[in-house]
Formats: sequence, C-alpha cells, structure tokens
Amino acid sequence: MKHLLTTATLEPSWATTLLDTAAELKKTLLGRQVRKLPTLRGRTVITLFYENSTRTRVSFEVAGKWMSADVVNVSVGGSSVSKGESLRDTALTLAAVGADCVIIRHPASGAAHRLATWLEGTGTAVINAGDGMHEHPTQALLDAATLRERLGDLAGKRIGIVGDLLHSRVARSNVHLLRTLGAEVVLVAPPTLVPVGVEQWGVPVSYDLDAELPALDAVMLLRVQAERMHGGYFPSAKEYSIAYGLNEARLRMLPEHAVVLHPGPMLRGMEIASAVADSPRAAITDQVSNGVHMRMAVLYHLLAGEEAVA
Amino acid sequence: MLVPRPERGGAADPAGERELLSVGDVARTIARMAHQVIEKTALDAAGSAPVALLGIHTRGAPLARRLAERIADFSGVEVELGSLDVTLYRDDLRRRPNRPLERTRLPETGIDDHLVILVDDVLFSGRTIRAALDALRDHGRPAAVQLAVLVDRGHRELPIRADYVGKNVPTSRSEEVAVLLSEVDGRDAVVLRRSEEGDPQR
Repeated sequence: MKHLLTTATLEPSWATTLLDTAAELKKTLLGRQVRKLPTLRGRTVITLFYENSTRTRVSFEVAGKWMSADVVNVSVGGSSVSKGESLRDTALTLAAVGADCVIIRHPASGAAHRLATWLEGTGTAVINAGDGMHEHPTQALLDAATLRERLGDLAGKRIGIVGDLLHSRVARSNVHLLRTLGAEVVLVAPPTLVPVGVEQWGVPVSYDLDAELPALDAVMLLRVQAERMHGGYFPSAKEYSIAYGLNEARLRMLPEHAVVLHPGPMLRGMEIASAVADSPRAAITDQVSNGVHMRMAVLYHLLAGEEAVA
Repeated sequence: MLVPRPERGGAADPAGERELLSVGDVARTIARMAHQVIEKTALDAAGSAPVALLGIHTRGAPLARRLAERIADFSGVEVELGSLDVTLYRDDLRRRPNRPLERTRLPETGIDDHLVILVDDVLFSGRTIRAALDALRDHGRPAAVQLAVLVDRGHRELPIRADYVGKNVPTSRSEEVAVLLSEVDGRDAVVLRRSEEGDPQR
C-alpha cells in the first residue's frame, strides 16, 4: 500500500489488517499516561486542506503526533493557494520540502488521485481525506472499526446507509469497504438524493426507511450537505425529518443489538433526534476516538515499513 | 571463530537444519532458568519486590508463560505475567516489511516498582531489547529490569546482555537460530539453519 485514495480497490486482507492494527493500537494506548509512540519519528506529515474540517484534520494531526511524526498543517487561506498557485505546484513544493505523506481534503472529486499521480516517484504517500463527492476512505475505515467493535465480524451483517447519498463521499467509501468485509448494505434516501448510476454500486436502494429498520444490524446516517445543494432536493427540513430522521420511535423498530452511526457534524432534530444521538445505542463518540486509532494505523502502514509492502 | 559443536538430536536433516536443543532439552533449560530466577530475585523471600515476567512477541510470550509455571512449581510463588509487542518501538521499521501488531498485556497492577523480567527467545543484535526498554519506559517505572533469553547467539550491536541465558550458541552471521515452540510452531526445538537471505534474523 503506497497511498490510500479509495476503498474500492482495498484488498480484503489489507482492510482487515488496517482494522486489526487500529484495534491493537487502541488497546496499546488505552489507559496509558504517555500516549506517544516513537514509531514515525523523523517522518513529516503534511495536512493540506482545501475545505474546512475540524474533526478530520484534528484526528489526523493527533494520530501523527501520537506516533511522533512532525505534523505540519497547511491552511489554504493562509498559503500560496490563495494567491492562485495550482494544486500541482503546491504538491511538488510539499514533496520538495521532504513531506513523507500529504493528507489532502479537496472539494473536487479525484483531486487526491491527481496528487498521487503528480507525486509518483517522489516517495511521498497521499492519503485522501475527502475529495468532493467521491470518497473518504479513512472515515469508512473508522466506521467499520466502530461497527466491528459493537457487532463483531461484519460478514453477513446488514447495514443501512441513510440520507444524502448524492453528495456523500462517506457513503461511497462505506459501500465499497463494507461489501469487501462481507456485509450486506442497503441504501435508504429520498429519490432526489440518490445519485445517477447508483445501480453500479451493486447494492439495493430503498426509499422507505421504516420498512428496512427491523432487519438492520446498524444504521449509518449521513449528513444532509446543505452547502452542496443548489436546488430544492426536498421540500423542507421538517419533511425530511419525518420521512428519514432517526427518532425514538424508529430506534424502537431496530433490533435490540443494532447500532447507530453518524459521521458528524449532526443536524440534531432533523437527521437524528437528540435522544437517539445521546443513547447508548449510538456509537458516535466511539467513531471519533476510533478515528484517531484508525488514522494511526493508516500512517503506520504507509510510512513505517519498507516500500514494497503491497 | 566458529567453535565446533557436538551433534545433538541427530545429524543435519535434508533441509540443512541442525537441532541444538531437543524437546526435552527445551523443557530442562526452562526449568533451570526458573531456578536461576528464583535464586537471583529471591522472590520467595519476604519483602522482595513483586516480579513480573513480560514475554516479547512472538515466542517470548509463550516462553514467559512456561517460565512462570515452572517458577510457581518450584517456589510456590505466582509471578505476574504479561506480554509486550515492541514493533512500534523498533528503529529498523523502514528496513523491513510491516508486521501486524500483537497484543501488549501488562499485569493488572502495572509495572511500577516491579522487578520486570523481559523474556525473549533469541538474543542477537540487542535491538529488540532496546525497543522493549523504550516501550517499558512508556508503560511505567519498574524498580529494575532483567532479561531472560532461551538462546544467546552473539553478534550484539548494542551494549545489552542477558541476566538468564538458556544456552549460548556461537553462530556465524550467515546462520539463523530458530526457536520452535509447540504453541506457535507445533513442536519444541532449537535449530540452526543456514540463512538463505543476506540479512539474518535479528
């Protein structure tokens, strides 16, 4: 594994290795006063974020620092990017200053792949931290880690992904990864928020959340991405909430063991009722803490070993 | 200089292996090391520091368990037992393929003020032990740290020595010492092999 750009091509053995490594890292660090490992000492990790994101960036930064890497955050607002520098030149600059890894968040789908192409031969690894409406692989991995903690082996488990499929990179990455891990996935969304070509994802699509709930082992809610919506995708927030919001009544329709996930930030009262978000059935804060361990695992496998790993 | 070794457990087999310790030798060696630990740590004396055996993955962990069992048999004292994965502390990570992480389990009481005995199968360059010492520092402050190894094969690259050695095996760098344990390998033995690669095990 040289880069982590997508979950679509992630081999099942690699997916499992990453999940196992994250689980071991979590146990290794649990209850320790010193949560610092020397593993990546002397390695430079740069976060290059063209979109705002507190949780993903902080999670990567903490992960890098806990492994003793030097983490440099490049904010687009304060860099030459605001002066009109192209992504390619920015990337080559970062490689030239000796970055071992660039973690990129970009509003354009495919930006991380382009970056990886430009950095070919420089030895700099690229991690996709969300590119447009395309993919967000580390989010999918941390979701899978959280589900595995609560449900055990995911093979044969039925997972519903609910909400704004059209604008969601999380959904796409999760569908690939969960299928790789052997889970059944069902997508649930209003017809207006289902992307064209969804049939190629190879999973069923439903418009009726209530009909799906009793058979689900987990519900993954997606954020309704108002900032990406330039038209009326549904009549009102209230109507969305009535049809697709996870409220207490719907929580009771789920099997006892079922888990609720949300990648955050949550729109409480619309996508998810506060009582549901704060219930023990929700694993939302686990997702955040697992995010750090998962990103440590990814950094470890990309940066620690010799190059010809996979 | 390579010292000629007496043949034990038969001649070299077709795979080019030579058995240095047989299944019985492994058991006797661990028993002897258990006696040495009891004597050196005075662990059955009143007021002595609590002793914790920490096995270094992969084969140090079952070795530590066996050593603890023998110690309990001979002294009646149940020492604390744990395991340590030092992968994240190695200084040669960039030179080798990644390996999956193993479980680190510390005794419930931690290791503060304990006499910690690190247990490993082969002592070679000393780099694994250096990594283990670094790992220990992050887990607590032992009163003292000792080292027990089943085989010391020489070729140290760091000033590290073992307190308890099952067997000293002078080797050449082109040889490989393999400790086989039934928990991991299905049988107990210590064998010497010609290393096929230029970079012998560490």
